[in-house]
Amino acid sequence: MSILVDKNTKVITQGITGKTALFHAKGALDYGTQMVGGTSPGKGGTTVEIQLENGTVAKLPVFNTVREAVDLTGATASVIYVPPAFAADAIMEAVDAELELVICITEGIPVLDMVKVKRYMEGKKTRLIGPNCPGVITPDACKIGIMPGYIHTKGHVGVVSRSGTLTYEAVHQLTTRGIGQSTAVGIGGDPVKGSEFIDILKMFNEDPDTYAVIMIGEIGGTAEEEAAEWIKANMTKPVVGFIGGATAPPGKRMGHAGAIISGGKGTAAEKIAKLESCGIKVAPTPAEMGATLVSVLEERGLLEKCITRK
Amino acid sequence: MNIHEYQGKEVLKQYGVSVPEGRVAFTVDEAVEAAKELGTSVVVVKAQIHAGGRGKAGGVKVAKSLDEVRQYASELLGKVLVTHQTGPEGKEVKRLLIEQGCDIKKEYYVGVVVDRSTGRVVMMASEEGGTEIEEVAARTPEKIFKEVIDPVVGLQPFQARRLAFNINIPNELVGKAVQFMTALYNAFVDKDCSIAEINPLVVTGDGNILALDAKLNFDSNALYRHPDIVALRDLDEEDEKEIQASKFDLSYIALDGNIGCMVNGAGLAMATMDIIKYYGGEPANFLDVGGGASKEKVTEAFKIILSDPKVKGIFVNIFGGIMRCDVIAEGVIAAARELGLDRPLVVRLEGTNVELGKKLLNESGLNITAADSMADGAQKIVELVK
Repeated sequence: MSILVDKNTKVITQGITGKTALFHAKGALDYGTQMVGGTSPGKGGTTVEIQLENGTVAKLPVFNTVREAVDLTGATASVIYVPPAFAADAIMEAVDAELELVICITEGIPVLDMVKVKRYMEGKKTRLIGPNCPGVITPDACKIGIMPGYIHTKGHVGVVSRSGTLTYEAVHQLTTRGIGQSTAVGIGGDPVKGSEFIDILKMFNEDPDTYAVIMIGEIGGTAEEEAAEWIKANMTKPVVGFIGGATAPPGKRMGHAGAIISGGKGTAAEKIAKLESCGIKVAPTPAEMGATLVSVLEERGLLEKCITRK
Repeated sequence: MNIHEYQGKEVLKQYGVSVPEGRVAFTVDEAVEAAKELGTSVVVVKAQIHAGGRGKAGGVKVAKSLDEVRQYASELLGKVLVTHQTGPEGKEVKRLLIEQGCDIKKEYYVGVVVDRSTGRVVMMASEEGGTEIEEVAARTPEKIFKEVIDPVVGLQPFQARRLAFNINIPNELVGKAVQFMTALYNAFVDKDCSIAEINPLVVTGDGNILALDAKLNFDSNALYRHPDIVALRDLDEEDEKEIQASKFDLSYIALDGNIGCMVNGAGLAMATMDIIKYYGGEPANFLDVGGGASKEKVTEAFKIILSDPKVKGIFVNIFGGIMRCDVIAEGVIAAARELGLDRPLVVRLEGTNVELGKKLLNESGLNITAADSMADGAQKIVELVK
């Protein structure tokens, strides 16, 4: 088991004829993901050929619309790499086609576009991950996004993060200790996004194959604080945290659109204090995310069960 | 992106937000000329810098004659204002807003922001105008009223009315307040603002509602559709290294420390600053070279870091996912050769093609300290700059 994606997930790539999209479609296929097609308005009816690492060539059908792609391929998920100015439209097209899952990698979508998207999604069945995120991976089953697949190991620790590279860092620290991951989810660095920590934590909590979770937050907003309250009240599995940006100056946007301390709110110190007061152990440095999890797993007698690669 | 108060007021005016009459002045003579044109008995001379707290720092003067305008303008132009938002080095005043004085009866606060929890635009209002809203929020949170706005229909009159009544705008002026708030919301959405703050909004003796100050901040992601806003950018207000970095699509923020950082990914870049601090060092900058950095981009990033005389050493921390470690290594070597590496350099590489990257660095003949992990690298660079 896992959350969001598994070996049965059929994925299409929106904007598949773009250079970035093709590059990552290849990465997904090489990893074993069921990438079944893509869209590119005006290029429907054509095929893209992708040379894979194993020497074979994958031929993916291209459709004009997401609806068509879903009807003809049976896809349940899509991944979006289209440029920021067109990304909100792409998300809404996927929602309209009633996909279960949409993962938007695109960075730089105007915030007010995302406000409209969220409003549009109300009452709809689609779950959106991102934008401005690395994607979602269930090791050895399905990789959707831009993360390097080889650093992951199949296992029982869930990872959820606002930052891409910090997710890789955490996964790497786990894998080198033999601790595999159930699913790693990048929710993205934008202030208005499809899924928040709590949405993903709920899924990990209900997934019998996830035994513990690493939650990686950063400055800006109060999503970590809200998640901490939720964890305290509902989570049956241990969660450890890390919060980036303790040294960030106020009022400056630290790369991610959402990583900004405004009006004295959203500091790392506040978040860390809240997490700790809710019983969540916080790694003192990003280099100690793995070690912090190990110490908690030991305390709970879960370490043996979580080591999936000797 | 930030703009000046006078620019903000011009933008708001286009949408029907009422603001006092005013003119921008770059010289003392222009300031006097502007005051003459306004023709009111009292004019206000306001320093224009991208920072709040100007009033308290002596950047706002009330002049009762043209001589006083001349005197205040010459005092303010060229003066370095230090406010709680500028940092100790302050900011030099290069522009003034000359504005008609008005008879203030009461001050209020109105602000518009994007609320992350609801994913909606929220308008906030308070009777406690003139004070910073953070202070009000800390002291008397019950005095801040909020309306969450549905993007489909926009701010509705009943919501604006409710805000106006809640903050005790005089009954006869509620209609004007509704117009004001509606115009402010329209400007916010139409121009892709991230913050629009009117503090204070004032009720005047002659029964008007005016934006006495205006702070507009724009969503950088949306600037591509607002060339008119981009044209308002004042490069004098920005750090030179940050401007240079933005030309190469690098995300760079100058800080006060002495350890230059080059990292891929915003989260890792922030965390790298944190770990330097944790081991007793001080980061000189935030620098995210991005996911798909080329050799050229890495070289430019290096140039920017080295151009900072405060930098006593550099820490390169890369987790190559999509970005290959050998490409990073090539960039680092090329930059070090081109610029001459006169300061300690610690490099931590992890991820795709890491062995090849390390080999290139080792064989480069350059004085590069390799680190095995982020913690190891941070400790090494902190030690080297001591």
